[in-house]
Formats: sequence, structure tokens, C-alpha cells
Amino acid sequence: MTGNRKLLHSGALGSLLVVSVLLLSACSGEYPQTTFQPVTEFGELINGLFYNTTAWTMAILLIVEAVLIYILIRFRARPDAPEPKHIHGNTLVEIVWTVIPAIIVAVIAIPAVGAIFELQRPQDEGAFVVDVIGHQWWWEFRYPELEGVVTANEMHVPVGRMVYLNMRSADVIHSFWIPRIGGKRDVNPVPATREAEPERLNHLQFRVNQAGAYDGQCAEYCGDSHAIMRMRVIAHEPGDFQRWVQAYRTLAPAPTDSLAAHGMQVFMRSPCIACHSISGTSAIGRIGPNLTFMGDRWSVGAGAEENSVDALARWIISPPAMKPGARMPGTRTEGGGMPPTGLSEQDVRAIAAYLFSLRADAVPAAAPLPPGDTTDAPAGTGISMQTHDAD
Amino acid sequence: MATAQATVATPTGYRSFWHGDWRDWMTTVDHKKIGVLYGVSALFFMVLGGLAAVIIRTQLAVPENELVSAELYNQLFTMHGVTMVFLFGMPMAVALFNFLIPLQIGARDVAFPRLNALSYWIFLLGGLFMYSSFLVGAAPNGGWFGYANLSSRQYSPGLNMDFYSLGLQILGVASIMGGVNFITTIINMRAPGMRLMRMPLFTWMAFVTSFLIITALPVLAVALFMLTFDRTWGTVFFEPGAGGDPVMWQHLFWIFGHPEVYILILPAFGIISEILPTFSRKPLFGYSIMVYSGVLIGLIGWGVWAHHMFTTGMGAIADAFFTVGTMIIAIPTGVKIFNWLATMWGGQLRFTTAMKYAIGAVATFTFGGVSGIMHATSPHDLQQHDTYFVVAHFHYVLFGGLVLAVFGAFYYWWPKLTGKFLSEKIGTWQFWSLFLGFNITFFPQHFIGLLGMPRRVFTYSSELGLGGLNMASTVGAYLTAIGVLLFFWNVIASRRSRERATPNPWGAATLEWGTESPPPAHNFNNTPVLHSREPLWHEAAAIESAVRGEQRESFHMPSGSWWPLFTAVGIVLALALFMAPVWWAPLIGLAWTAIGVVNFAFEPT
Repeated sequence: MTGNRKLLHSGALGSLLVVSVLLLSACSGEYPQTTFQPVTEFGELINGLFYNTTAWTMAILLIVEAVLIYILIRFRARPDAPEPKHIHGNTLVEIVWTVIPAIIVAVIAIPAVGAIFELQRPQDEGAFVVDVIGHQWWWEFRYPELEGVVTANEMHVPVGRMVYLNMRSADVIHSFWIPRIGGKRDVNPVPATREAEPERLNHLQFRVNQAGAYDGQCAEYCGDSHAIMRMRVIAHEPGDFQRWVQAYRTLAPAPTDSLAAHGMQVFMRSPCIACHSISGTSAIGRIGPNLTFMGDRWSVGAGAEENSVDALARWIISPPAMKPGARMPGTRTEGGGMPPTGLSEQDVRAIAAYLFSLRADAVPAAAPLPPGDTTDAPAGTGISMQTHDAD
Repeated sequence: MATAQATVATPTGYRSFWHGDWRDWMTTVDHKKIGVLYGVSALFFMVLGGLAAVIIRTQLAVPENELVSAELYNQLFTMHGVTMVFLFGMPMAVALFNFLIPLQIGARDVAFPRLNALSYWIFLLGGLFMYSSFLVGAAPNGGWFGYANLSSRQYSPGLNMDFYSLGLQILGVASIMGGVNFITTIINMRAPGMRLMRMPLFTWMAFVTSFLIITALPVLAVALFMLTFDRTWGTVFFEPGAGGDPVMWQHLFWIFGHPEVYILILPAFGIISEILPTFSRKPLFGYSIMVYSGVLIGLIGWGVWAHHMFTTGMGAIADAFFTVGTMIIAIPTGVKIFNWLATMWGGQLRFTTAMKYAIGAVATFTFGGVSGIMHATSPHDLQQHDTYFVVAHFHYVLFGGLVLAVFGAFYYWWPKLTGKFLSEKIGTWQFWSLFLGFNITFFPQHFIGLLGMPRRVFTYSSELGLGGLNMASTVGAYLTAIGVLLFFWNVIASRRSRERATPNPWGAATLEWGTESPPPAHNFNNTPVLHSREPLWHEAAAIESAVRGEQRESFHMPSGSWWPLFTAVGIVLALALFMAPVWWAPLIGLAWTAIGVVNFAFEPT
């Protein structure tokens, strides 16, 4: 009877091991937010440390579980066995198994402490600074070096240059996390009396080694739509980055499509511009997300839905229907202390078409873009870059 | 073991503590009845919290699911956490403390029997108050950690977080009373010869836990009062716009919250340390080291709170300090695990259901300890924090450690509690469905986290590629739920069972097994005198003839009282009425409490 149970027990542990091997092999699959494929030294340092800790702790785990299973088999009760010896302890043995874990802890802790200081070193000379501002539930990125450039939910950085983030929140605590770039850091509201103290801001510093789009999302619970506070870091080759900045700063051309052109007219005389900016136009509101190059974004509403004219239209009609708690007023619903916009369905379609037409590659560039690039990046910036495979 | 069962005949006129009508239960001051009340209530709340967990897992079974709204989901995960910590974990430990401590140390009751009743009623009413929030559609929704400034009136305008701050305040009052009671009991009410270093390890861990309760819970109380003041009267402790700092809440919460983790796990260590020796037929290996390591865990547990805050931005020096401090805790914890293995080494292991649970708890707790070291290392905690990796870790510790140990405790002490056995057959099925269900639920969550899924999200994009792992986790959750249902089936089945338990059916060594199963209201006919750490293995005859033999001592058992229940209503009202729109509403509760306290004090016992 006990033999049966014993077999069941070791069988269960064995199958757990098999499952873990399967799961580990699954890590090579396609996971846009995996921590195992970092594209920065920051992420690689963490990953290396993780493998070190994991190796030591897994070794201990396997030894303990193996000894446990051995005990369960070897010392199971036998009907005619004598009373076991009453051993109350053994000082030497107990000292040994206190000292050995202590040594292992030291082996794990020393490189960890080194990494802590390495990861929080002061701002590198010549780093590209981005001001990160968390909002319920979207991200704002400002680029002090590039005056006037502001993006929402997509951060644009050059490859190969150190990036330094100054992070704060406009409302509650958020956490900035792009797993392939590295670890997360909370985005805290700064006490009013200490706004002038730069050490009150939180920072991350990293250098992206590979052009591409890297997904992430808010990691600190921040209310209703915490789950829909996603973002993307887009790393451009330096030349492409320059072209993108140039496009951003150029006067946006009027849409050629008549529906979009009508949409632009409606947008510019509706309450939209109280909150939203579009670079190169008269829309300069600063409360809501900046809508420059909205057509290039991968999503509507910081990850609420994939970007399309249809999704944009539904968003404009009723933001909370796509994203619980969203603050923007809809056509029939108020929001953020503003009355309903009262826009007609026709006007909504027109605005959606206009916003979807806003793309970096629509801006006439001083240096023409290489052909074919835009088709590679339907959801990206439309500039030469590797798109994310999950798009 | 020479258990010498039934050498002492059960005296005529023996009446078990279960005797009594509903009035006796409402007014009881008997530690065993109060233990039963705590246990039943904790199981009731466990079912509610478990139901929340099942809905959460169902929502996350597939990406972009729309089973529940974001609003309801956020309430469910908050209430799941609050329930499992404050309404199941702690009260279940207190239930066991109540039932076992006096029996293990040779006392007839706890030091303050009526305070014990008061503490129970406050807990029960506090729990019902928290759940009443669902009736008005405003259950707490800011997470069990209730981070400022999301919890402020500005960002949480509804009653949700009022239920949170006031509900936890009420539950804290009950816990602190209980802690004081157990410490006093253990220090003062031990039978002659029951030296501290002869106490059963369960009582020792209860002792350490009680100190953690009376020191940690007041920190939470202070933080909750600050939050209540912020929300009710517009103070600005956590309001950044006025110079307050929300990060201060995190420090206060985790200064409470980390000792709280040990409040939950140390009783489980105690349970394991009772079950393993009994079914190995060997004394606990390294008793004194087991005691000291428990005390050490309790002490170091005070210096590691900020490992919950590595992403907060505390600076490198603080991160390094708390990284090393947290790793150091692994050493005494490891020693405990090794000593448990050594206890079984060379024994005659009997795989009863209780033993299966104790072994299962050791196996899974070790796993949770290992993943704990992984995010004690603050650099990779930056990747793991607030992801499903952490969810997996602490469920391995708390479900694998605490819940499995608690079910082990049920199977082990059930004969002592009821005089009947839980079925070993159903028990074996229950163990395997819980053990496998639990591992299938939480093992994949390590990878769900490392592959980029944060916690506390009501939905996740299908682009993350995590649908399959999440589905596996959900299947495991259903299997776990079946395991819990099997337990209730077993309880019902055991009521019909005819098999009667002898006083010491397992051949255990500790004092509680010397008295009748179930014990009489006064526990022991005569107070035993102890000369060893394993009295029923070394001096069974003397102990049994004292505790079960003819009664020679005279003693007075306190009579029941309505005033604990009455006073509890007043205290709960005083705190709950902070939610009322008029400022004087809490005074009603205070006046009620005053009447209760006066009558409480002057009632003859």
C-alpha cells in the first residue's frame, strides 16, 4: 500500500521535472515581453546574474528534493522493524548545514551587490535624456534635447547611444517596464515641496544595441485600466532617428484624401485641440496624449486595440467602452470634466481618417527615405527599422 | 512507542467540550469552542476567497477575455488577497493556537478567556463588514497593499477603500488582542515542569508569531489611521500635491507586511514540526536549533521589509542592505528544512494523510524559498517584481507552506478535536488533487512572469504568447478547487463514521494527546507534572492517570458571557461608522462600546 503511494509521489515529482524542462524549452518561442532576450547591457547584466542565482538555488533545490525522495523510500515503515533510534540532534552536522548555506548565500550576494551599484550609477556624460511622465493610463515622453518633440506611448531613441530616463508621475504610482530593455523602475508622483530636487526623480539608464520595437507595460497597479497601459520603445539607427526628428519638426502637409482633409478641419475647430497636440498644426493642447504621427502607432488607447480607422472611430465615440475608466469625453459621454463632444458620426469617421493619415513618411523629407521601408512597418514609425515580429 | 492507550478508563460523567446549545456557543469563553468558531469562520472566508481566485483564473484563462469587467476584477483580486491573509491565514492560525496551546502546555484555558471571545467576535464582524462592501458594489479595489496615492479620495472616490482601511483596522484590533492573550498564556499558564525548552514546537512558533502580531499590527494600524484621516478629514500624509509622500505608505505597509509573512508561515513550521516526529516515530531533530531558528526568522523578519520595494527607487545602498538581509533569512530557514529531513532520516515513516501534507509542505516550501532567493537579488527583482513570477513564488510559500500544513493539521488533530477520524482514503485523493492542482496552477506562473506578464491585470494581449501557459494555470486552479471541495466532503463523511478515536491514536508524544478525544471542557482532570519534552513517550502512565484519572483538584471554569459579543459590536460600529457622512456617527459605536466595557468589567465570572 505504502509502496504504491511512494511511487505516486516520486512519479509526481518526476513529472514536474519533465514539465519544467518543456517549459524551459518553450522560452525560445516568440514572446515580445520576454526577459530572456535583452537588447541592452543593462538587461544582459540582470540576465547573467539571474542564471548565476538560478544555478546555485536549483542545485540546492534538487539536492533537497532528491534527499527527501530517498528518505521517503528508504525509511518507510516496515511491519517488523525495531523502534527507530531517538536521535535528538548532532551539533557537528547542524553546524555544517548552517555554514554551507551561508557560503552559498555569500556567493550569490557578492555579485548581486556589485550589480546594484553598477545599475544605479550616475548619468553618463552625453546621454540622450528622455523625460518619462506616467498618466492614468498612458505614457508621455518628452525629449529635452529635441525641443518641441513629445510622443505618447511610443518612445523613440537612437541605437548605440546611452539613454537616461527622468521619470515622474502626473497622478498615481506607475512603473516603467520594457522587459527586453531591462528591469523596471517605479514612476512616482514627486512631493510638491521637492519638485526642484532632481534626486527625487527615478531613473533608468540603458543603451539599446539593436534597432527594433520593444514592448512593455505599466507594472505597478494604478487603477481601473492598469492592464491597458502599454508602451513601446522604438530604437532607430542614428541616421533614421535624425530623419524621424526632422519629419516631426516639419510643417505637416495637408491631407490629400478628401475625407481626411475634412477630418482635419473638424479636428481643428472641435474641443479636441484643448487637450491634444499635433506637431506642425495649430493643435497645441498638452493635457492628453500627443497625436503626432498617430497613424504610425501600433495601437489606439495605449494598447486598448490595434490601430485602424475603425478602432480610432470607435475610440472617439466612446473611450471608456474600449478602455475602462478612460478620461476622454466621447460623443455622447462626458469625461475628464469635459462635456460630450457631440460630434456626428460622419465627423468622427473623418477625424479617424485624418488621424490615421498622420505618418512620418507622409512628411516630405529633405533626404528621401529608401523605398519599401514603410511596407515593413505598418504599425511602426514607417521609418527604416525592424518591426516587431508580433505585430 | 509505548502509548499505553486506554490504560486509564474514561471516567463516568465525562462530557466533551462540544456539549452546549447555540447560546453556549454565542457566549462561550472556552478556548476550544472559540478555536472551532475561528476555524469554521476562517474556512467560510477561505471558500469566498477561493471563489474569487477561481473567477480570476477563469478570466485569465484566455487572452482578452471579457468574463468580468475591469472594475469587478480589481475588486476580486484585492479581496482575494485581503481574505486569504486577514480572513483565512491569520484566523486559521489563531484557531489552531486557541485549540492547541492550552492543551499542549497543560492549561485549562487561555489567560484571558473573555478577551479571547471578544477578539473572535471582532474578527467575525470585521470580516462580514468587509464582505458587505460587495452588497453596495464597492468592494476594496486598490490591492491588498492599498498603495497610496491611488487609495486617496481623489483617485478612489468611492467607498471601496473606506471598506479597506476601516475593515483592516477592525481586524487588526482582533489580532492584537489575540496576540497579547497567547503571549500571556504561554508565559504564565504552563503546567509544572513544562519549561520553555520543553514546549512543543507548535506552541513555540505560536509564541514567536504572537510577538510578531503585537509588534507588526500596530504599524499597520497607524498607517491605516493616516489613510483614514487623509480620506475622511483631508489630511495630506500621502498627498504629493501638498508635500506628502506616497512612498512613506509603502514603508509603513511593508514594515507590517513582511513580519506578516512570517506570522502566516511560522505556525505552518510549527505544524510540520509536530507531524513529522509523530509519523517518523522519532523526536524532532535539533529541537533547540529549531526553536532558535524560528526566533531568528522572527527577528530578521523585521529588517527586510524593503525587499518589497526594490523598484521604488530607494537608492543603491538601501537596495544592497535589503538584498543581503533578505538572503540571510534563507540560512535559518534552510536549517529548518534540513532538520526536518534529519527528523525523518532513520525513522519508521507512516504515510498517513497528515504526513503526506507535512511532506508536501516541506517539498513545496523549499521550492518557494528558492524562488525567494531569486528575487531577493534586487537586480533581477527589477525584472521579476510585480510579475506573475512573484505570484508563483509567494503561492509556493503560502499555499505550499501554509495551506498544505493547515490541511495536515486538520487530518492530524481531527481525532483530538472531534473524537472521529477524517477518511484516509478521501484524504489521499484530496492531497493529490490539491498537490497536483496547486503545482499545475503556480509552476507555469514563474514562466508567465519571466516572459513578461505583470500582476493585477484584468486582461492581457494575445501578442504576449502566454495564452497556453495561462490556460494550464487555470486548469490547475480548478483541480485545486476540487481538492478543497473533497475536504468538505470528508468532513461530512466523518460525521457519519462510527470509528471512535482513542486519546492518542497516532502514538504522538505531546501533552494534548494525553487527555480525552475530544477533551472535556476543563481539558485535564488534574494538572500534569512534566519531566521531559516527549511526555507521552517517556512518562505516559503518570501523565495519563493525572489528566484522565479521577479528579482530585478543584478548579473554577469561567462562565459564558454575552458582553464580549456586545462589546465587539460597539467596537466594529465605532470604526465602521467613519464611513458615515456625519462626523459624530462613530460616537454611537463608542457609546455602545463604553456600555459593553463597563458591563464586561463588572460581570462576575
